[in-house]
Amino acid sequence: MRAPAQFGPSPSRQTAWDARAAVNFMAGGAGGGLVVVTTLAGIEGAARAVLVLTSLALIGAGLLAVWHELGRPWRALNVFFHPHTSWMSREAIAATLLFPTALGAAAGVAACSWASAALAGAFVICQARMLQASRGIPAWREPLVVPLLVVTALAEGAGIFVVVSTLLPIGTRGSALALGALALLRIVAWLVYRRAVARTAAAPALRALDHAGRALQWVGTLAPLALIVLASSGVLGNGPSGVLLACAGVAVVAAGAFVKYVLVLRAGFTQGFALAHRPVRGARV
Amino acid sequence: MTRWAMVVDLRRCVGCQTCTAACRHANATPPGVQWRRVLDMEFGTYPNVERAFVPTGCQHCDDPPCADVCPTTATKKRADGIVTIDYDLCIGCAYCFVACPYQARARTRKPVFAYGEATDSERKRHDDARISVATKCTFCVERIDAGMASGQKPGVDPEATPACVNSCIANALAFGDLDDPQSNVSKLVADNEHFRMHESLGTGPGMYYLWDRKDER
Repeated sequence: MRAPAQFGPSPSRQTAWDARAAVNFMAGGAGGGLVVVTTLAGIEGAARAVLVLTSLALIGAGLLAVWHELGRPWRALNVFFHPHTSWMSREAIAATLLFPTALGAAAGVAACSWASAALAGAFVICQARMLQASRGIPAWREPLVVPLLVVTALAEGAGIFVVVSTLLPIGTRGSALALGALALLRIVAWLVYRRAVARTAAAPALRALDHAGRALQWVGTLAPLALIVLASSGVLGNGPSGVLLACAGVAVVAAGAFVKYVLVLRAGFTQGFALAHRPVRGARV
Repeated sequence: MTRWAMVVDLRRCVGCQTCTAACRHANATPPGVQWRRVLDMEFGTYPNVERAFVPTGCQHCDDPPCADVCPTTATKKRADGIVTIDYDLCIGCAYCFVACPYQARARTRKPVFAYGEATDSERKRHDDARISVATKCTFCVERIDAGMASGQKPGVDPEATPACVNSCIANALAFGDLDDPQSNVSKLVADNEHFRMHESLGTGPGMYYLWDRKDER
């Protein structure tokens, strides 16, 4: 006999949010992380403009994708109506403020630089809290999904930063170290999240998460770390080292995007239905 | 105060789906959309198997997660506990779908009719405002409001009572004011063992499931 509160049909994969919603988390998170990393790195001039505009392109692509998923897209402005409790409203407000501020930062307005980083951070946190507020999906409502998504966004931002910095005249050594550190931090956040979510998520959701976890471990952590160590060792010349660092950046970004894709689409299993007790029929009724 | 709630007697439900049909008739929901579902659950393994029929739908929660996450304020909870959707505000983002632990919500992207072309009845009752937005059980709020306005008592007078409750052949569904100790639902909850689904999530569902008689003490 099964224990109480386990009587019921199996949870099913959510179908309310499709790949377009996942793109918002993938591109938006990476873009937000890139604004933060660019500001922390203190990049100035044309390089900052390139990095910030790349970030805005990513965030804009994510928002465009999710806008396309709306049932009533021409009413999209209603999304601002409920910032009191809705993280989606807050995300929309953060994004709306971020665009002009980041454009100011790209144009070289010093005051806009830190403001855009703060707004980008707020945008990423809103995205993470948006998932956590989804009480119908056990893999999402786990509170540790928030640090996981925030660290993932920062790691992706650092990954894109490293890729771009190999093409622009800005230093790569510090950013490569930061990328390695964030990749390590991300796998730690993942392991902690995975352990916590095992208590509530359905078996097929956990299988999907483990699939993503393996990609994160090998493609998103170990391979980039190896590439960073090799590139930083001085054995290779500047050219090959730059290529290795760019590969490390791409790997970190790709693994992060894959994790978010799996989290939203493959591990998004519903709560399902459950009876705490089965009906007692017959003589006692 | 008033707290409208529904009581489902799991010992009585026979899974006939009459409530589902009545709901669809009363609310003109399109094919594939059931605001009042009846789950057919099986437990155990042969030969020790059991079966239960579980009417479900929007639980009209005390703390509805759908209302919290809704970015447009389209989903609201009334003072009497009924959770409503303003179809003119909803943008169809489906955030409420993933926030609801009861899979109570549906969205239809385009008009769908039972036989392809709309019948006269379907054409008459079709509402474009419900296309591409979130929809769900309303506890037949229009019937409740209209009934109360004409002095009727929801849960007692059929015209002021949700269609699913009226239609139940086994008297497995009851509706009433949980804040009124003399109401049918208050008495049922007081006299029987009951639970609410996924109570640990803190939603405070407004549907109570009866599963046994309370022992006489």
